[in-house]
Formats: sequence, C-alpha cells, structure tokens
Amino acid sequence: MSDMPWLSIMLAVPALGALALVLMPRGFARAREFALGVSLLTFVLALFAGLEFIVGNSKMQLVEEYSWIPQFGVSFALGVDGIALSMIMLSVILVPICLVAAWDDVPADGSRRLQGYVAWILLLEAMMIGVFAATDVFLFYIFFEAMLVPVYFLIGQYGGPDRARAATKFLLYSLLGGLIMLVAVIGLYTVGPGGSDGFLLANLTGLEIGGLTEKLLFLGFFIAFAIKAPMFPVHTWLPHAATEARPATAVLLVGVLDKVGTFGMLRFCLQMFPEASRWATPVVIVLAVTSVIYGALLAIAQKDMMRLIAFTSISHFGFIVLGIFAMTTVSQTGSTLYMVNHGFTTAALFLIAGMLVARRGSRTIADYGGWQRVTPLIAGTLLIAGLSGLSLPGLNAFVSEFLVIVGTFQRYPAAAVLGATGVILAALYILLWYQKIATGPRPEDVASTTRDMTVREKFVVAPLIAAFLVLGFYPKPVIDLLEPAVTTTLQHVGVTDPAPTVTAEGSEG
Amino acid sequence: MSVLETSAGLALADPSAVRAIEATGTSALAWLLIALPLLGAGLLLVGGRATDKFGPLLATLLSWGSFVVGALVVLQLAGLGAEERSLSVPLWDWVTTGNLSVHAGLLIDPLSMAFVLLITFVGSLIHVYSLGYMQHDPDKRRFFAYLNLFVAAMLILVLADSYLLLFVGWEGVGLASYLLIGFWNHNPAYASAANKAFVVNRIGDFALIIAMAYMLYTYGALDYATVHGEAGSAATTTLTVIGLLLLLGACGKSAQFPLQSWLGDAMAGPTPVSALIHAATMVTAGVYLVARSQAIYDLTPDARLAVAIVGAITLLYGAIVGCAKDDIKKALAASTMSQIGYMMLAVGLGPIGYIYAIFHLITHGFFKAGMFLGAGSVMHAMNDRVDMRRFGALGREIKTTWITFGAGWLAIIGFPFTAGWFSKDHIIESAFSAPGWQGWVFGLVALLGAGITAFYMSRLFFMTFHGKARWEDDAAPHESPLTMTVPMMVLAVGSLVLGAVLYPTGVLTGWLEPVFGHGEAHESLIPLIGIQVSVFVLMALGVALAWLRYGRDEVPVVAPVGSFATRAARQDLFQDEFNETFLRRPGAGLVAGLEVADNDVIDGGMVGGTSRGLAGVANVVRQAQNGFVRSYALTMLAGIVAILGAVWVIQ
Amino acid sequence: MSLSVYIYLATILFTIGALVVLLRRNTIIVFMGVELMLNACNLALITFSRMHGNLDGQVYTLFVMVVAAAEVVVGLAIIMSIYRARRSASVDDANLLKL
Repeated sequence: MSDMPWLSIMLAVPALGALALVLMPRGFARAREFALGVSLLTFVLALFAGLEFIVGNSKMQLVEEYSWIPQFGVSFALGVDGIALSMIMLSVILVPICLVAAWDDVPADGSRRLQGYVAWILLLEAMMIGVFAATDVFLFYIFFEAMLVPVYFLIGQYGGPDRARAATKFLLYSLLGGLIMLVAVIGLYTVGPGGSDGFLLANLTGLEIGGLTEKLLFLGFFIAFAIKAPMFPVHTWLPHAATEARPATAVLLVGVLDKVGTFGMLRFCLQMFPEASRWATPVVIVLAVTSVIYGALLAIAQKDMMRLIAFTSISHFGFIVLGIFAMTTVSQTGSTLYMVNHGFTTAALFLIAGMLVARRGSRTIADYGGWQRVTPLIAGTLLIAGLSGLSLPGLNAFVSEFLVIVGTFQRYPAAAVLGATGVILAALYILLWYQKIATGPRPEDVASTTRDMTVREKFVVAPLIAAFLVLGFYPKPVIDLLEPAVTTTLQHVGVTDPAPTVTAEGSEG
Repeated sequence: MSVLETSAGLALADPSAVRAIEATGTSALAWLLIALPLLGAGLLLVGGRATDKFGPLLATLLSWGSFVVGALVVLQLAGLGAEERSLSVPLWDWVTTGNLSVHAGLLIDPLSMAFVLLITFVGSLIHVYSLGYMQHDPDKRRFFAYLNLFVAAMLILVLADSYLLLFVGWEGVGLASYLLIGFWNHNPAYASAANKAFVVNRIGDFALIIAMAYMLYTYGALDYATVHGEAGSAATTTLTVIGLLLLLGACGKSAQFPLQSWLGDAMAGPTPVSALIHAATMVTAGVYLVARSQAIYDLTPDARLAVAIVGAITLLYGAIVGCAKDDIKKALAASTMSQIGYMMLAVGLGPIGYIYAIFHLITHGFFKAGMFLGAGSVMHAMNDRVDMRRFGALGREIKTTWITFGAGWLAIIGFPFTAGWFSKDHIIESAFSAPGWQGWVFGLVALLGAGITAFYMSRLFFMTFHGKARWEDDAAPHESPLTMTVPMMVLAVGSLVLGAVLYPTGVLTGWLEPVFGHGEAHESLIPLIGIQVSVFVLMALGVALAWLRYGRDEVPVVAPVGSFATRAARQDLFQDEFNETFLRRPGAGLVAGLEVADNDVIDGGMVGGTSRGLAGVANVVRQAQNGFVRSYALTMLAGIVAILGAVWVIQ
Repeated sequence: MSLSVYIYLATILFTIGALVVLLRRNTIIVFMGVELMLNACNLALITFSRMHGNLDGQVYTLFVMVVAAAEVVVGLAIIMSIYRARRSASVDDANLLKL
C-alpha cells in the first residue's frame, strides 16, 4: 500500500487540464487531442487506484482526509467503497469515449468555442469523480451543486435550438433539489456530533436520530436524489435536457450524472436514515414501479429519438430505485450493477443515435426508414445497443435487471411482477423504434455518398460493445466489487435477506 | 460437485435430474458444441465483407463440426451405464450474490443430447440447403451468421444446467428468430412480423422470469439439480403457480394458445428459417421446457392438466386454421402449431406421455423440416410464389421435390409404419389412457385432430402437386440444385424410417428412460387395436375427402368466399382481430394519452403551473420597481419610519 | 434657552429636506433637499455633542461635511451628464433603472 493520494490526483488532473485549456491562446488547434490525453491519463490513474483497492473489503478505501473549514466542521475527505469506485470507473471510461464521439461537434474555427467545450467536459469529469469520492457530506453537497455549472454551459452554449430553455429547466430543477438538500445537510450537522469534522460521513452514520426529524431529513435528501435520478413525477427535465444536449453531453448527463441520485439514495438515505428509509419504502416502491411502466409507455409514444432514449432511462432508473428499496442483497447488487450497465447502454444508444442524426440532420424518427441499407454498420450497432436496452440475456443489462426483479420478488412479489412488465414494454419501444429507423426499402432522398461508420466512430462503439459482452457473460468481477458495499449498506439499514421458503440445506454452500 | 451429490440425497421426485457427475473425456469438450457455431456467427458478423466469399461455407462446416462433437458425446454417453448418463460440464461462476448463485454449466443427459443431435443434424442439413437457396442473395453472409447464432443459442437452451442459462438460450433463439424473420425487412410487413414474434415471445419470457423469481424465492437456487431435487418440499400451490408460469413461457416460444399469433406471420422469413426455427427446433423448446421441468409437473396435477388442455386446444386450432390457408407456408405453420399441440398434450399427460412427446418431436423435426424445404423448393420453382391455388400438377415437373415431400406427407398423416405413425399413434393411445373424463376428452380431440391433419395436409399436397396446372403465365417450374435436394432426400428417408429404427428396436425408450423413468400406462379406455383402426379410418377419410375436393375437382384460382367457418379459419379464427381490438388499440390509446398527460399535466400542469405561478407573482412585485427615484426614496423613508417605530414600541 | 430648541430646528430642517426630495422633480432642487437633510443631521449631532459633553458628535459632523463635499462633486457631475443625455433635469425622466 502506497500512500499516494490517488483520488485527489484523479480529481486534480482533469480540473487542471480544463484550466490549462482555458489559459491556452485562442484557437489552440490541439484542444481535442489535449483533452483526450488528459482524460486518458485520468483513466490510467483510475486503473492504478483500482489496483490499490482491495476487493472484498467493505470499508472505505483510498481514504484521504484534510481539515478544510474546521469552523463549520467541513473536511476535504475522500474515499471509495465498491459502489463509488465502480461509478468513478464508469465516468473515466465514458469521458474519453464521449470526447472521441464529440470530435466534430464544435468546429475548430479559431475561436475559443472548441476549447471551452472540451474544457467543460473535463471539468465535469473532475466534478463527477469528486461527487462519488466525497466522504464528507458538505463536500458532497458542494460537488453535487458545482456539477451543475459545466452541464448548464454544455447544454446552454453548445446544445440544440431550444437549448436555453432546456438548460434553465435543468438548472432550476436541480437547484430546487439541491437547496432542499442543503437544508437537510445543515439539519443533519445539528443533530450530529458537531465539532471540526462534524460533516464526515463516518460521524453521521448510525446516529439513530429517530422520529420526525429523521423523516424530514430523509425527505430532504430523497427529494434531491429523486429529482436527480429522475423519478416519476419529477422527471420532466430529463427528456428536454437530453434532447437539446449534444449526444456526448447527454451521455455524461444521463449515464453518469443521474447516477448521483441513486448513489446518494444508497449512501445517504439508506445509511444515515435507516428507520425513515424503512418508513418510506412502500411509497418509494410504488413510485419506482410507476417510473418503470410510465417511462416505458412514454418511450413507446415518442417521435423524437433522443427523447425516447431519455424515457427509456427513466424506466431503467425505476428499476434501479426499485432494487435499492427492495433491500435484499440480490436486488441491491442488481441495482448497483444496473448503474454501471445503464451507463454503457445509454452511452451506446445516445452516441449511435447521434451518428444517425449527424447524417440525416433530424431527430424525428419518422424521417428515417430503411437505414439498414444506407449505413448497415450503424444500424447493426444500434440494434445491439437497443438489445442491451431491452435486457437481452448475454448482454450487460440483463444480469442486473434480472437480479433486481428476482431480488425484489423475495420481499415484494407484486412490485416485482408489475416491474417485470417493463421487460415486455422494453421490447416494444426498442423494436418499434428500430423498425422505423432501419427497416423498409432504401430511402430515395438520402445521398448515396452518406458514409457508414467512420474509423473514429468505430473507436467509440467498439469499447461499449465489448463492455456489453464482458458484463453480460462475466459480471463476476464487478459483482464482487459491489457486493461488500451493498452488504454494509444493508447492515446499516438493519435488514436481512429473507430465507428461501424451502430451507435448502447443503445446496449452494 | 459435492453440491450436486448432497442434493442428490434429497431427491424425491426425479431421480435423474440430480445425479450429475462431472464429465470427463469427450463430454468435457461439450462446450465446443456451442462454441463452434458461436465462433462462426462472431467471425461472420465482425469480419464483415471480408468473409463474404468463404463465410457461408465456413458456417456450414462449423455446424457440421458441432454435429460431430455431439455424436461423439452421445457415443461416450451410450457407453456408460443407464444410471450414469447424466454428466455436468461446469464452465464458470456466472452470477453470485446474496442467496443467488448461478454457475454457468452444461448438463449432458439423454434428453439434452437427443435434442443436440436433432438440432445439429437438421440444422446442418438446412445450412447445406441454404447454400443453394440463398445463393443469389447479396446478404448471404449475414444470413449464415444468424443461422449459426441460432444453432448456438438453441444448444445453450437445451444444454443449460440451470433455468437462468436456459433463459439465455431461450431469448437467444428468440433474437435469432427475430433477425431471420426480418431478414428481408426491406418489406415493411416482414419487419412487423419480426417485431410481433419477438414481442409475443417476450410475454412468455416475462412469465419465465417471474417463474425464476418464484423459484429463487422458494428454493434459493435456479439450477436444475437443486430445484428439481427439492421440488417436493414446496407447497403444492407454489408448484402449481410455477408450473403455470413455465407453461406460459412455453406457450410463447412454442406458439401455443393463447400466444400462438406470431407463428403464421413468422413465415415472412426465408424458407430454410421456417424449416429450422419455426418447425423443427425452436418452437419445440416449450415442449423441452415442460419435459425438463417434469419434477415440478409431476407434483402438480393442476398445472399438468393446464399443459394438456393448452396442447389440446392448440392441436385443434392449428388443424382448423390449416384447412383454410392457401399460402403453402402458412398452412405448414398451422400444421406445426397443431403438431406441437400434440407434443404439449403428451407432456401434459405425465410419465406415460413424455417419451412419446420427445419421440414425436424428433420425427416431426424430420418430416416437417423436410416438407418446409420441399415448400422452399416449390417456391424456388415458381418464382417465390406461395399461393397454392396457383400451383397444381407440379408432381410431374419437379419429381424429387414431389417424392421427398410425399414422404413427409405420409409421415405427418400417420400412414402406417412411417415415422409419424409410430409417434402420433402412441400419443393418441396415451391420451385415451388418461384417468377419468380426461381420457375421453383428450383422446377424442387427438383422434379428431389426426383426421383433420390427414385432410389438410392432403389438401396441401394435392393442391400443389396434383390436379390441373393453374400456374401464372411466367411460371417455368424447374428442379432445385443438388445442395437443396440432397438435404430433402435425407430428411425424407428419416420421415419414412426413423420411427421404425427408433421405436420397435427400443433404442429411444432405452435412451430416454433414465430421464423420464418408466411410465406405467393406465388401462386404456378403448382397446389399442380399436384406437389404431379408428385412427387409420379417420386418416383414410381425410385423405379421400381431400382427394375428391382438391385432387379430382377443379380448384378455383381465386378463393371462393366460403362459409363463415372457412372465413374464420382463413383469418386464424380472428386471433389478430382479437389482439388488435383488446390489446393493441387500447394500448396505443393509453400510450398516446400518457404522452399528452406528461406534456400537459405533469410538465405543463404541475411543473408548468408552479413556474407560471412564480412568474405571475414576480410580475406583480416588479411593478414596484418603476424607476422613479422619488418613489424609491419614499419607500426608504417608510422603511426607516417603520423600523424606528418598531424600536420605539419595543422600548 | 434650552438646547432642545436646536433639536426642534434640526427636525424641522430635516423634514423640509425630506419633503423637497420626495415632492420636487428638478434634480438640482432634490439635491439641495439632500444637502438640507445632511445639515439638519449635522446640527443635531453638534447639539447632542453639547448635551452629552463629549466631542464624538463634532467629529462625526466633520466627517459628514467632508463626505458631503465629495458627494456634491460626484452628484453634480451625474446631474450634468444626465442633463446632457436627456436634455432635462427632472428626476422622473431618468427612470430607466427598473426591471
């Protein structure tokens, strides 16, 4: 074990990279290459950090702690468990992919626009690492809010025609949740032990607050996370934001940033307010199941493909929340695995749909048809991504969705059965979409020069599909990474798995 | 494998499912069965245009390779004692978390190997056939990749040693079926057919997922060994629910009532696909699932009865629909449904029926695949037309096809001593020996079905190959190339002799008995000879009627309007209308309504209302900011006075 | 003569100044009203200084005078530029500072 402050370094590298890009002279020609290099460096650093991580140890690891504002009890404390590490890994893998996918998003016209674009992405990466690694509640809050800034500019400056409204809507929703959470954060401090490190997560878990206070604090955190996640009925910002954002931004927004919501539910709601969590479970389960079905039904109705993907995500987030609050080891492991899988699946869906949009110049599904004959490779990979989205066994999402459903069934059979209808609806929204896009006769009005997937785009898609297959057939390493953290969470909540009704002695020892 | 041995001690119902010992020798290489075709699919899909030249041939070779491995494994298995013919090939630790632990592994036993041989043999023959059939298709390579993918997935399905791994193959074949039905998806109707197949199957898959959840809830495991070994320790209600859920899953895959609607449309796929997937192998997966789960069904008579009822309904349904179809492939599809109904009925009868179900499944795999390939050859001869009313008198033009198809026809109508006669008669006999009223109902249904089968298959045969030529002007029938006719001949031989080879010799019974045990037949309601005679008489009547109407008489080129019954049968007994009215249209309405609601109520009303309200308040308040310095000064003054007043009051 | 008379005078002067600021439109006059209020405050401060017998009030007054002088300079400059821009010395014409 070396004492390298891995997490701080990983946080600093993209942040400094962003700063350097801003300081570069106007029209710096190699901004994209530079940003890609920085993100790859971060990825390598994350790999090294991952090597230091001991799988199977349920404690926080790679811990760093510095006093920051002792007067207010705020420390700069970082550390990861299996769940946080997997989310950080997801971020550092997706950022380089997104940078490559976004290569031609902004023209290198000698102005600062391109530099700004990639600099915001790098800054966002730093924020994402920070938010998952923070083990101080106040530091978490700071990252949680600061993350909004890069996204706001990425949507508001570089997005589609209705970007200003979308960015504002996104910001307002998130700020509303954030401010409610701020109240809860401060309230939590007052019931905690206080002192110069009173915001440390370790000092705030296992408080046994009880009563109305705990319920209110729980709600303060939960509302913020539900907006972030997004759950029905506070989901309406997501389709708008995801539609107006560039595909690469949408990937980071939906694929990683929104996971902060479900991540927060696991780490903050469940661990700090176990009693209130159990109290709220029935309502949350109902909302989660509603999200699953509602998101899926609306996805079927969409005419804009980016909106469609956004609604599929709402449905998938419903599954994740369902698994988290079903509170069995199987369901929560499924949920945390789903958080990783959903990142890859959504990334592939958004980026490949983005390739189509770049060629056709329209997000409207009805403008397509027969594209299997125009760009066979793009259509084929879109189908693979879609199959991952509908949880085809053998691809990544299946294992997690299955775990969520069977895990939930052990405690809430009705919810599991209702949620599982999402499986049927998923087939509908993905296949109807694919049918409208790819099948049918070759369209007449498409130029014969339309190129199939370029080499750059292959580099975008290949790692994602590789991730689908690996996680589909051999998810064990990731599950081993996640499970100890899940077990710890469940211990904090104080629930145990229901035993099989037929006690199976000696089996599966 | 201590796990399996311990649970073997708990075995109650099913002696075979649990006694698996780790495979050695050839069997340890059983993963090659799946790996070879999977490799082919991967190479052809990733390799792209570079593999256009040799891809189809490579895929065919790999499929045969898989057959060779299968045959070697069977040889090794046959060398073992009857009690030891259950080997396991552990592969890797797949999903382990909490109380769920699934190791991916293969189970090699007589049942799975019987399927392996059928799949790889018929599959490989159809690969060969496709070399000829798809010769001029520009996307030939993709077609072969999908075929290989299908073979691999189907082998995963039958070789899996847990329900979860079975499910991988289960959806895998669904995917391959989707891809192949929609292979010519430049025709929008074909793309819709593919979607329909996948979505209807998904309903069954949903049931299967819930069944697995229930199993995990009950037994804490998903592998066959544990679930089957401890099946008896669960409550009967639980078992019945699991049994019904599995049945719904099987209905989806096997196109049984009420999830039968997709199979007719699935004929949109190229004909070799219909032969392989939608006749010989994939659609029989439901039968496999029920047979594999016999330990559960043995303990729950209610669920088993449901299986038999579903089988009986579909048997009649398919037969009736088959009588009215003019599209040669759709008529064959209806017949497939009906024949699988027979198999379902047989597995629903319990231990007396299992072996005959599998027997019929194998013979059906041969004769139906043979007839589909024959239909493909006919289409090849007639410019891809499928309307039998424009065929006729083809027997003279394409003799090989006529003879091979004739062999299949004899087998399916149950002509004595053909393969179909052995297997179907036994199912009918078993049906009559079911206890109580069931014996009469199922027996008579099966008997009636045999008669109708004889009628509609003869109708198909005579309309196509006999009578007067009703060809369209551009038709110039010609025999297919050897790559196509040789597989047809092989399958035709199988249709004629397979029954005689497998059954009277006791090969099949001996092979499958370790899995299913020996079913003691109840006393049959009618003496055996009586059943056999009535089956033969009904068959002869059906054939004669068909000959009179479609062989001797003129067949109108345009279908007559017909009675209500005919029209209903032509429309698949209104299954699509039912689905359209009661499922799709309300669903579409719901979806459209929700979209409006999301925009207007949630985004527009709740959220939009709040923001509009805030904006309204802001609008009022901002009136105070009028820009007049003096009014600001007045407010300041008022404020100071108010503060001073407050201070004064407090003091 | 009691010192409180000076307080009354300061109050009256302040009120006059305030009324001028609130009621008159001409910027220069308003400005004079402000000056009048400042001087009323100065008078009150000096009176209090005298009443309590310490010098704090006088010190404040000196500060106020200095600041008022500076304010006059800046204020007149602003008035000049507003007048140049709008050709009017009315405060109500300079009402652009609003939402």
